Amino acid sequence: MTTPPPVAPEQEIRLAAEAAMALQPARSYRALLWRRFLKHRLAVLSLLVLILLILLAFSAPLAEALLGVDANSVDLFALKAPPSAAHPFGTDELGRDLLVRLLYGGQVSLLVGLAAALCAAVIGSLIGVLAGYHGGSLDALLMRLTDGVIALPLLPLLIVLAAIDLEKLGLPAALARSEDVSLYRIVILISLVGWTTVARLVRGATLALREREFVRAAVALGASSRRIMLVHVLPNVISPVIVATTLSIGNIILLESVLSFLGLGIQPPTASWGNMLTNALELIWDAPHLVVLPGLLIFVTVIAFNFLGDGLQDALDPRTLED
Amino acid sequence: MLRFLLRRLSESIIVLLVMSFIIYALLGLMPGDPIDLMIAANPELTSADAQRLKALYGLDLPIHERYLTWLGQALGGDLGFSRLHRQPVMDILLPRLWNSVQLMGLGFFLAAALSIPLGIWAALKPRSPRDHAINFVAFAGISVPPFWLAIMLIMIFSVWLGWLPASGMGQAGDPASRLQHLVLPVLAMTLLTVGGIVRFMRGSMIEALRQDYIRTARAKGLSQRGVVYGHGLRNAMIPVVTILALNFGTLFSGALITETMFGYLGMGKTIYDAILGNDYNLALVGLLFATATTLIANLAADLAYAWLDPRISLR
Repeated sequence: MTTPPPVAPEQEIRLAAEAAMALQPARSYRALLWRRFLKHRLAVLSLLVLILLILLAFSAPLAEALLGVDANSVDLFALKAPPSAAHPFGTDELGRDLLVRLLYGGQVSLLVGLAAALCAAVIGSLIGVLAGYHGGSLDALLMRLTDGVIALPLLPLLIVLAAIDLEKLGLPAALARSEDVSLYRIVILISLVGWTTVARLVRGATLALREREFVRAAVALGASSRRIMLVHVLPNVISPVIVATTLSIGNIILLESVLSFLGLGIQPPTASWGNMLTNALELIWDAPHLVVLPGLLIFVTVIAFNFLGDGLQDALDPRTLED
Repeated sequence: MLRFLLRRLSESIIVLLVMSFIIYALLGLMPGDPIDLMIAANPELTSADAQRLKALYGLDLPIHERYLTWLGQALGGDLGFSRLHRQPVMDILLPRLWNSVQLMGLGFFLAAALSIPLGIWAALKPRSPRDHAINFVAFAGISVPPFWLAIMLIMIFSVWLGWLPASGMGQAGDPASRLQHLVLPVLAMTLLTVGGIVRFMRGSMIEALRQDYIRTARAKGLSQRGVVYGHGLRNAMIPVVTILALNFGTLFSGALITETMFGYLGMGKTIYDAILGNDYNLALVGLLFATATTLIANLAADLAYAWLDPRISLR
């Protein structure tokens, strides 16, 4: 009879625990979320499409170098040229390479969408957590402000804001006229109006969290309210914020394209999917592909972000836990 | 109830006043002012003339003084002249407001008539192929760039098929031509609005059908129709109606783009043209009209909520 090697009691317990864990596949919360996300096939497909679009958009300088063209160089001898070796998608109404401009336009749309969504989420989270944690008159004031912004007809107001002369605001002329300023301006404008959804979400979640034991414990330990809001409250409201932010990216890209289309967003010669369509109504007669392609790319990008947000929402929704 | 209404109305008036000052100040920051445009059009004006003109129109005063003068006139019923149209502002806005009401109203009701049944139908069998198909269409509707949708409709129905006019309002006094010119803009508005309503309706209905009282209704032997329409729909409609009224701003944005694309003379196009054409009086009053309508829609949302849901009492 062979006796098992002597095992210390603590070690025995640990071995038993390890054996039990080996039997049940380790399933962290994150793995569970990922598994649930994979069930939403359109969301998974959208994620792949978005990764592809991002890779393509940021390979624009490479495509430019390979084709030996310049995105902004006008060629009056090759207006609306059909596809050729030098211009795989042909050229636009000013003889510029369509493919390269579509790629650069994608960079602009994606950058504006991500940057503005992120800024709006940060503003919204701060306003929401301040209102929810402090309550009282600060809460009343901030929520009135939120309701007020929600109640405004945003597009006409954005048109006014996008049309104002920065020089009259006291900005130096060199800065107000520089090329990048239209990019910054549109990100700032959209974040200024886009924070309301996140603010409401975070406020609601903060109201609930404020009464939880770990927050009370932090208060009892003498943590400052700034520390409680940043360390204890915000990390716990992050998942609905991520969903809302993902869902807002699509809307922001739409808004950017509308403003750029109207000539108030990204200024030519910088390409954006919106401003590539500015002359669309004259082009539908003889060059319909110049009109179809940029719009189709906006549509695909926006719908992909919306499906991605929907998939994340399903994965994070505790009511779908049963499956 | 009456107190609630009075409080909300007074709040709305305050918001409107604040907005009128903000918009007034913003319009002053737009490139070029009416006097600059006058100088550009008439080379014989000297800068001394410009100074005198600015003094005459009060443009050299500080902004709050100019605003108060404007406010006094506006409250006295004088909303000013439109620089672009050379007519009193109200004479331009009122007929165009009616045009917009027609466009938005038709588009909205067609969209609601289409999407409420679709949303319910999808919600009855979540995650079935038909739910996925309806959901896909709804996502497409909320993801399409509104101006591009208009361009595609013009391309298909006006350029390729040649069935419908691409833009304009139709011949004055000819209802058939007016109707023809209304089809594409209304179609565009409907397609832009359907997706959102389907998504709200579907979500709200799924949520309603998950409640305990639905199980009770089924347990007592009520038919599927009775459960869905008698218990489910009545409760599911409460958030839907509220969200629809709250989304008036989105509807207005869609209308602005649709009107601009189809050359349809509504409020949205008028405001847009006025902003770009430095027509301060028209832009200001138009924007305030749009703000006021949105505020009224929000108030209507609250009232509808209380009316549909007896648990809510307005104080």
